[in-house]
Amino acid sequence: MGHIPLSWYLILSAILFGTGIAGFVYRKSVITVFMSIELMLNAVNLSFVAFSYQLQRIDGHIYSFFVMVVAAAEAAVGLAIILTVFKNRGTLQIDEVDSMKL
Amino acid sequence: MDTFLFIVCAIVAVGCAVNLVLQKHPISSALSLIGVMGSLAVLYLLLGAEFIAMAQMIVYGGAVMVLFIFVIMLLNAGTEKTSAKSWFAQIAGFPLLSAFVALLAFLIKVVLPPLHPVEFGSWVGGTAEAIGMLLFTKYLLPFEVTSVLILIAIVGAVVLAQKEID
Repeated sequence: MGHIPLSWYLILSAILFGTGIAGFVYRKSVITVFMSIELMLNAVNLSFVAFSYQLQRIDGHIYSFFVMVVAAAEAAVGLAIILTVFKNRGTLQIDEVDSMKL
Repeated sequence: MDTFLFIVCAIVAVGCAVNLVLQKHPISSALSLIGVMGSLAVLYLLLGAEFIAMAQMIVYGGAVMVLFIFVIMLLNAGTEKTSAKSWFAQIAGFPLLSAFVALLAFLIKVVLPPLHPVEFGSWVGGTAEAIGMLLFTKYLLPFEVTSVLILIAIVGAVVLAQKEID
């Protein structure tokens, strides 16, 4: 039976978070940007659960659970907004939806 | 065995995450995100968080991703068009991101106190019973507020996505 250092989990979480930032900044499709946000939330959840293991308390699990619930609500509202934007403008490109720009 | 499982799942998670960013078609990105969520569920199980692992599979891998794929197919979202990117982002983007992740890894290694090594089965605190006990005693108010939040989200989604009736 091998032991895994807990820091590996935290570093994996950091790598996933960084990949999420890259997708958020780099991609031009609204849906993919939204999926990158979900990836970042997942990375944070992983570090919550890892710290929960370190402290041997399950409060971190509860926070992780709340993050999941909020992410589900956010996905429902966000995808409804994407539907509305597509209905009004006929595009999903993020740089073509710029009427709020000065 | 634990280490092997962790390494396999970590490689799958990072590979799927990088694939999410690099793929041009939204449906490929969505399938990669499902891969990330599945391997993260295995990692949660390794950490003794069985309830969170199952919630991850059901809520994220099931409900949220079905919603994403439904919207992608409904809007018939094709390959995204590439547009001009700034020269600064093209040159400095990847090095800056690598520096950010390296800084985080350095902080994790240096600043944090000694961490327990993870062994599967050495701590099983995250059962549904324990989480339910804590959720309905100490975290009862946040739980109730969350139900109001979900209600607002349902109403908001319906109002936003409804079709105007002539």
